[in-house]
Amino acid sequence: MASVAENRAVHVLRRLGGVALGQLSRLGYSARFFVAVLRNTPEAFRRLHLTLREIYFSGVLSLVIILISGLFVGMVLALQGFDVLQRYGADQSLGVLVSLSLVRELGPVVAGLLFASRAGSAITAEIGLMKATEQLAAIEMMAVDPLARVVAPRFWGGVISMPLLAALFSTLGIFGAYLVGVRLIGIDAGAFWGNMEAAVDFRQDIVNGIIKSIVFGIAVSAIAVFEGYNAKPTAEGVSSATTRTVVTSSLAILALDFVLTVFMFRGVS
Amino acid sequence: MNRNAIDLWVGIFVAMGIAAILFLALKVGNLVAFGNTPGYRLEAAFDNIGGLKLRAPVKAAGVVVGRVEKTRLDTKTYQAVVTMKIDNGYEFTTDTIASILTSGLLGEVYVGLDAGGDTKMLADGGTITKTQSGVVLEKLIGQFLFDKAAAGGTK
Repeated sequence: MASVAENRAVHVLRRLGGVALGQLSRLGYSARFFVAVLRNTPEAFRRLHLTLREIYFSGVLSLVIILISGLFVGMVLALQGFDVLQRYGADQSLGVLVSLSLVRELGPVVAGLLFASRAGSAITAEIGLMKATEQLAAIEMMAVDPLARVVAPRFWGGVISMPLLAALFSTLGIFGAYLVGVRLIGIDAGAFWGNMEAAVDFRQDIVNGIIKSIVFGIAVSAIAVFEGYNAKPTAEGVSSATTRTVVTSSLAILALDFVLTVFMFRGVS
Repeated sequence: MNRNAIDLWVGIFVAMGIAAILFLALKVGNLVAFGNTPGYRLEAAFDNIGGLKLRAPVKAAGVVVGRVEKTRLDTKTYQAVVTMKIDNGYEFTTDTIASILTSGLLGEVYVGLDAGGDTKMLADGGTITKTQSGVVLEKLIGQFLFDKAAAGGTK
């Protein structure tokens, strides 16, 4: 009886070890892949039209969802913030509340999550499908490196689009808060903008927000091209790779956001 | 979608993004006013600065004339030395009184300057000698309770 239990325990341990080793080697492989993509950066910019095309697909086509989400997030923030702030007679600080939450956190994070599900999933599906239909193999047959021709432009297109989208998200959010706070509720416009200008610091708040959005752009784009390039070349494999892109990059954004916030806003008086 | 149309759209997108960053920097972050406003520095020593923070406004008659740049503790006198950057164009007399004030009950803490009648003006690096410390609410409450108890004892 004991030997059966022992065998089972050994079996479980073996499975665990196998999973851990598999994950570790996948991590190492992904690092190697990332370096290979970076090495192909000059290719992406030498044939600029390829990268521009990807900025169009991941940036311009994400504009509608980013702008509308930003507007509504800002309007909701203004309504909720006003409800709480007016209890303390601090409704003049609505602009401060909205702009700081948007510029520091919500702009980069929510735009990043939307970007991951709108553009990241599309990149993975496209590259995965190119692999499944052996287009990548065909490109390689023509002595063209698919990393340079297909992967690097998509990666850089995403990295360039993301900070711009986050800035647009924050801007539209502040505009939405202005519409609700000043036009609808009737807070004084001078207090709204004036307190905002006094409280938001360029270096501390805005530059840090932009740094965050650049980091998220790199993370989402890297995950998206990696999952697509390494998808199983079947319909099922492409679909599970797309799912993994959205899940992994969302988790990566939230985890990175915590780490970056600890470094950026620790002990700020 | 041909190449020219894509170029145009990407151009529009990038221009919008840069405009948004500029808007955040100039309108929201007020980069122009905070970046490198020319000014000169004044120091003032307080017994207690309460909740004064860096970048807190320095106001004279309610008008913002500068910002708090640095606060440190003088270990000889055990007073808090506040360095303020005053915008050029504002000059204060040597007998100016600096006080730590609070706007409203829970509002921001700022430095208030009340100019005196002297004819000499403070120069860069000058020190304001007449100061009034911040009100620490806990001390005030303690004082109040102590007075109450004392009044109750005599009765």
